[in-house]
Amino acid sequence: MRHGKARFVTSFLFLPVLLYVFYVLWPYAQDIGYSLTNWGGYSDTQEFVGLDNYVRLVKDELIRKAFWHSVFFLVTVPVFTIALALLFAFLLNVGGRGSRAGVRGVWGSHVYKVVFFFPQVLSLVLVAIMWQAIYRGDEQGLLNGLLMKIGLVDPEKPLQFVADPSPFLGVPTVLWWLLLIAVWGGTGFYMVLFSAAMQSIPKDIFEAATLDGATRVKTFFRITLPLLRDSVSVAWVYLGFIALDMYALVYVMTPSQGGPDHASEVFASVINFTAFNKGQFGYACAIAVALGIFTLLLAAVQLRVTRRERIEY
Amino acid sequence: MSQLPDSTSDLSRRSLLRGTAAAGLLATPAVGLLSACAGSSTGDDKADTGAKTDDNPLGVADSGKVDVVVFNGGLGDAYAKFDVTVFNKKHAGVTVNLSSTQKIKTEQQPKFSTTPADLINNAGADIMALDTLVNEGALTELTPLLDAPSWDDPNTKVRDTLLPGTVNDGTFDGKVFVLNYAYTVFGMWYNQALFDKNSWTVPTTFDEFFTLAPKIKAAGTAPFAFAGKYPYYMRWAIMSWIWQSGGKSAVVDIDNLKPGCWKTPEVMAALEATEKLVKDGYTLPGSATLSHTESQQAFLDGKAALLPCGTWLENEMRQTIPAGFQMKLANFWGVSANDKAKGAVFAGSGENWIVPKKAANAAAGMEFLRAMFSVEGAGKFAELTSSLSSRIGSGDKVTNSTALVSAGEVMKKASGDLVSFKHPDWYADVDKAEQNAIGELMAGRMTAAKFADTLQAATDKVAGDSSIKKFTRDA
Repeated sequence: MRHGKARFVTSFLFLPVLLYVFYVLWPYAQDIGYSLTNWGGYSDTQEFVGLDNYVRLVKDELIRKAFWHSVFFLVTVPVFTIALALLFAFLLNVGGRGSRAGVRGVWGSHVYKVVFFFPQVLSLVLVAIMWQAIYRGDEQGLLNGLLMKIGLVDPEKPLQFVADPSPFLGVPTVLWWLLLIAVWGGTGFYMVLFSAAMQSIPKDIFEAATLDGATRVKTFFRITLPLLRDSVSVAWVYLGFIALDMYALVYVMTPSQGGPDHASEVFASVINFTAFNKGQFGYACAIAVALGIFTLLLAAVQLRVTRRERIEY
Repeated sequence: MSQLPDSTSDLSRRSLLRGTAAAGLLATPAVGLLSACAGSSTGDDKADTGAKTDDNPLGVADSGKVDVVVFNGGLGDAYAKFDVTVFNKKHAGVTVNLSSTQKIKTEQQPKFSTTPADLINNAGADIMALDTLVNEGALTELTPLLDAPSWDDPNTKVRDTLLPGTVNDGTFDGKVFVLNYAYTVFGMWYNQALFDKNSWTVPTTFDEFFTLAPKIKAAGTAPFAFAGKYPYYMRWAIMSWIWQSGGKSAVVDIDNLKPGCWKTPEVMAALEATEKLVKDGYTLPGSATLSHTESQQAFLDGKAALLPCGTWLENEMRQTIPAGFQMKLANFWGVSANDKAKGAVFAGSGENWIVPKKAANAAAGMEFLRAMFSVEGAGKFAELTSSLSSRIGSGDKVTNSTALVSAGEVMKKASGDLVSFKHPDWYADVDKAEQNAIGELMAGRMTAAKFADTLQAATDKVAGDSSIKKFTRDA
């Protein structure tokens, strides 16, 4: 029986594992291999250069810039997304306080759920096109046009949004505008995630808190948040990955894909430029390896920090 | 020619986004995926060759197949389909596998070092960098094709049927690796109807522009719009101004990375005039953030009077050109009275066609290109696309376009050499630095002096980097 089960399991796993090894692990291994060469990407000749690419990487100013931009997203994307998603989920599930007894969401919460989740079903391309129209930098832009009409923006000097490299709170303004899109797009999904988690919390806990006279804010911080710890920590890790991959938005939205003047470069945009525009695949692979290591470390740290005893209910 | 936007719709929104979707899939930790099958040499599967005759100068075997990839962008792929019939008239036994795509690099790069197509239209937003392809020795030299008799007339070489600059545009260090099929004239576009209504005359110098601009502005129109999101659009104007101001040698020096090339008085005059254009507020507000199509639509909507672009403009915007709009092209205006190359016109060939080194049937790939440069093939191209082919006389039968006719007039008045610049194709780092600096200059965040400093530093850095292969030009 035992033997037969192992064979049964193996027969099912063999093909997926083979595919995984060939299409995921093997390219990773190749990537590491190429990162030690000066391969240009289009020929079948390359020289082994040892760790030269990695030495160069440490000194590369553009990489440093991209690194700090990635750190910015790494901090802000999860913080803002989770905070908003939690707030919405709380309001939609337990935030309502009618005259009737019981625990429920605010009035019309079903509609809100759909509205907030909506960005999640749009493809990134659609999202980008829509935000291009919103951020457009002349009087035909949705925001600019509106602000000009009500006299908040000088028609001679429209807002530049994703073409604005000037610092805001020490970070290029363009990054803040990209952050807004990322948070807008991500909140809905995590709201649903947190909603599901909240619904699995027994209602009597909330009712008991209400009977004891806890306010909505108190209920949230003393009851809801601690009981959602698992979901939040998972969300944190996911959002960390998403934050490292702001590339698509950077590529579509910003001038010269990472501009203006390198103000929105992230790791992936530097990899793209190095590999495909400069034809330095070896070096680009080294950057990719560095990004991979960084991501793994990050996941390890996040999982470690958020690990804690589980509460059974 | 530097970065001709594959005629009509390089970076058309759709192709850009498609490219993005693909790039998004490929990027990040798994760049290795891209490299999946390179580095391992496979046996060369070369096709048989046939006997070389006058009618078959490249020695194409009369059987087998040839793989051709066409970029299906603003120029479409109908002309290439037509060329298949032209090709098959002489080579009925050869099967042409014509495939059209917008993802040239995504599809071709992974197999470039093993089993590439025989002829590739390397164009679009997803383009393979030419300097890299040449540096890597990945392309077949096209000299045999140029020296072969032309398709229609055995007494004329292919080389002699091409418009000026075409061969030069595909030359890297004395060797021809690329042939560009479309021919583009660049300049300032204007609406003749709008200018007539206000009795404005199209400026021929910066002085005239600075006199006219306040009048245009007073009429409620911005004098000048440009595609700020893609700074290389503005580079065509700036390099033309540098050429006119300092003469050909000024641009040749920049291409050759000569020390101090950006700081000569002539180059500074061109840069300072550009700075003044921005500083005096003559650009369409917000233009620094607009994409090419957004700025072009603003121009068509009458929000701006002048727009720098190439002759693909009409075809690209065909759907939205308002009735009564008389789209015409004027040469880029001069910089000052001391201009060394007054009236030089910026025109040249674009839309790369390449034959990979590893192509299984390179001879047939070149032969297909020879068929494309036939009278019939090139004429059909102009007819279908309202764009000139780089073959002489391709547009002779097209007369129903004010844009194309005015472009022809600009070419007739051209004096001296055609403006051309190479450094963006040769050095990706200089290209990037230059685009970024142009973006800053045109947004009013950078002065002409700082611009020159930045570019000189970028140029010197590349010049001093022995790992980067250098090119030079004297013509």
